[in-house]
Amino acid sequence: MSGSRTAEIVKEASMLKQKTMIAANYDLLAGAQATGRRVVSTFVPGNLNELIMCFDMVNNLPEINAIQNGMRKKSGPLIQEAEKRGHSEDVCAYVKADLGMIARGNIGPDGRALPPPDLLLLSYTGCFTFMKWFELLRQHYKCETAMLHVPYEGEGHATKAMIAYVVKQLREEVIPKLERASGTKFDIDRLRENLRESARAEEDFVWVLESAKHRPSPIDAYFGGVYYIGPIFTAFRGTADATDYYRLLRSEIAQRIEAGAGPITPDGKAHPERYRLVVEGPPSWPSFHEFWKMFYDEGAVVVASTYTKVGGLYDLGFRHDPDRPLESLAEYCLGCYTNRNLPSRIDLIEQYMADYQADGLLINSIKSCNSFSAGQLLMLREIERRTGKPAAFIETDLVDPRYFSPANVRNRLESYLQMIEQKRGAIAAAAA
Amino acid sequence: MAASADIIDRCQHIFDDLHFRAARDWKAAVPGRFVVGYMPFYVPRELIHAAGGLPLGVLGGGDQLEVIHGDAYYQSYICRIPRSTLELAVTGRLDFVDAMLFPSTCDVIRNLSGMWKILFPKVRARYFDVPQNFSDHIGGTFYIHELTELRALLAELAAHAVTDDAIRASIALYNENRRLVRAVYALRARMPWQAPAAEVYLLMRAGMVLAVEEHNRMLDAYLEAAAAEKRPMRDNSRVVVTGAFCEQPPLNLIKSIELAGCYIVDDDFLLVNRWEKSDVPAEGDPIAALAGAYLHNSVNMAAKYEPDEERKGLHLVEAVRRTDAEGVIFACPSFCDPALLDRPMLQTVLARHNIPYIAFKYAENSGQMQPIREQAGTFADSIKLWSEP
Repeated sequence: MSGSRTAEIVKEASMLKQKTMIAANYDLLAGAQATGRRVVSTFVPGNLNELIMCFDMVNNLPEINAIQNGMRKKSGPLIQEAEKRGHSEDVCAYVKADLGMIARGNIGPDGRALPPPDLLLLSYTGCFTFMKWFELLRQHYKCETAMLHVPYEGEGHATKAMIAYVVKQLREEVIPKLERASGTKFDIDRLRENLRESARAEEDFVWVLESAKHRPSPIDAYFGGVYYIGPIFTAFRGTADATDYYRLLRSEIAQRIEAGAGPITPDGKAHPERYRLVVEGPPSWPSFHEFWKMFYDEGAVVVASTYTKVGGLYDLGFRHDPDRPLESLAEYCLGCYTNRNLPSRIDLIEQYMADYQADGLLINSIKSCNSFSAGQLLMLREIERRTGKPAAFIETDLVDPRYFSPANVRNRLESYLQMIEQKRGAIAAAAA
Repeated sequence: MAASADIIDRCQHIFDDLHFRAARDWKAAVPGRFVVGYMPFYVPRELIHAAGGLPLGVLGGGDQLEVIHGDAYYQSYICRIPRSTLELAVTGRLDFVDAMLFPSTCDVIRNLSGMWKILFPKVRARYFDVPQNFSDHIGGTFYIHELTELRALLAELAAHAVTDDAIRASIALYNENRRLVRAVYALRARMPWQAPAAEVYLLMRAGMVLAVEEHNRMLDAYLEAAAAEKRPMRDNSRVVVTGAFCEQPPLNLIKSIELAGCYIVDDDFLLVNRWEKSDVPAEGDPIAALAGAYLHNSVNMAAKYEPDEERKGLHLVEAVRRTDAEGVIFACPSFCDPALLDRPMLQTVLARHNIPYIAFKYAENSGQMQPIREQAGTFADSIKLWSEP
């Protein structure tokens, strides 16, 4: 983004707060070796931030580093670096961006060296690649690894046996390893307090997501949504900072609703809302703003998205529960979006289409994310069949810039929006 | 005594038959029989057998199936096995299958379990999870629960309880099957010219379709025939092939590797038939025995977590040592996350142990074998010319 354009961007207080929070976490990481703070690397889906905080460890999230590098347009050379070192062009670009970054001195997205982790907390939730990713990191760092295997909800729900399995792993494998790595004894009351704090933020977070039911929607629940999920999906869930962030965000959005305003975009205010879409799949990070602009230039607003559920499905009612701390963490991990079976995912999208009065579904299919992508073409057919509304398919990648073709994406999006118009016209004609 | 060629002819016929007539005939022979399909890499076939069902390995459509419908369900960057498997089902080739099991191989197979539920609602489709924690009281307890749920599903299909005695009897039969499979593999490792890899592969593929009792007889007969026949020994290099545990390589690829001068002395093509490294106890609690075998006595592969970093990849080094192999060929399906993500780690371990390797990718319908032959041939030559004695 050019400097002049940066100057035009409207920054709300919540945006500035989040930026400060992220920068502070990178400060902690950059200073970890000097301050002696222990570092844990872990994943976004099924992350155990409240638990990690009990051990005063700093949370390093390789996915977030890959995303940040992607948004700063640094990921392409890192991916190529990993491929030069024998990693297949076919596999997850997050993994390669991370491994490429490590190979080039482990310089983080903010330009400062990231510390080696004291513990790899492998939360195996909703994505097979996570397991291989941390085996690769373990081979490099030779550090302790705690594996938390979260079973897949193959039958569409969590069973008591699954919850018991996760809780036992937390109690007997994960917590002892966190204690060893941090040198801090586990205090369950501290965990309860962190979970109580999480639940406060979760209430406001859900309110934010559901604000998109308004017409016009005051938020973009995909492009804007990825900012809104930032604190709660990463190193801040369970902190007072996260609670404050969501309270602030809620008040800003309440003002937008009051004013009948649409979402804030990088160019300022969005064009008037013409299309309400549900989006399935992660965004393409290296072209994030370009991608978003294609939508808001046409007045297309995303009113619900599945990507904003990878780190928890709070809008279906889940809240972290301080009275059942470990069970609650287990239920959280089990319920993350990509850990749900395909029929449940389709049911959820169908529900969003109705609840958010969407005009259609757009699937952004990600080349290197099979967890999301395998089955999306069936998803598309099913949603069209069940709702009678048009669905469309575009293909990009997470952080590999080679798989983002702007002209192609724009063409598909414009054709799709025309299809929605035609559908509206046909409905209006039939009603007349 | 049957000649090995006759046995392999029959196996080839079973392999070529994409309508699975052998399994259909088995089902039709006795009213009430049922068939349970499963995808790679592992399901406890003993439970299906104990319930009176036929476990049927569903391993994609190979290079003879034209995929039309299946491609409509998958993007170009997803491997081929799910699309050809859907093709088999959509075209009615699996219409006799009563239930399908999708093991915890990867995200693609995992999601296919849900697709099956939507596309074929009359078929009992189940994602079959296995533990990645290997403590008896943690992963073991969870796995016993998974096995118990599977047992209940099978009892429903059978319309009768699946008794402990029946499971123990099935474990004994599959122990025999594993013993025979290991014997064939041992024969090939000892004298690969007597049991060429393509023959061994076809023999093992037949076991994915036939009832275990019949497959045991077939393996017995092959061992007897192969030992009795004298075949010419070539000056080939000895290699282990790895990475092909899910989507299967075309038969021509296996033949091409051997034609290029490499004897395949170990592989991971069809792991389900030798998943447990030795017998599963056929006494005591049979569900606990199956769980214990999974946790403590099963092979290593990419879809299974290795808790001990120092052990990572050593199974491959051990396979090389055990079979007196001289190198490793990584043959991975395109877009196979587990195999391709694992590959660099395994290569690091092999390099540490001075074991040469090469790598290439394939799809189950790959047709052009010349590059494979050239690569494998060069590898064989380099082993002969440059390896230290």
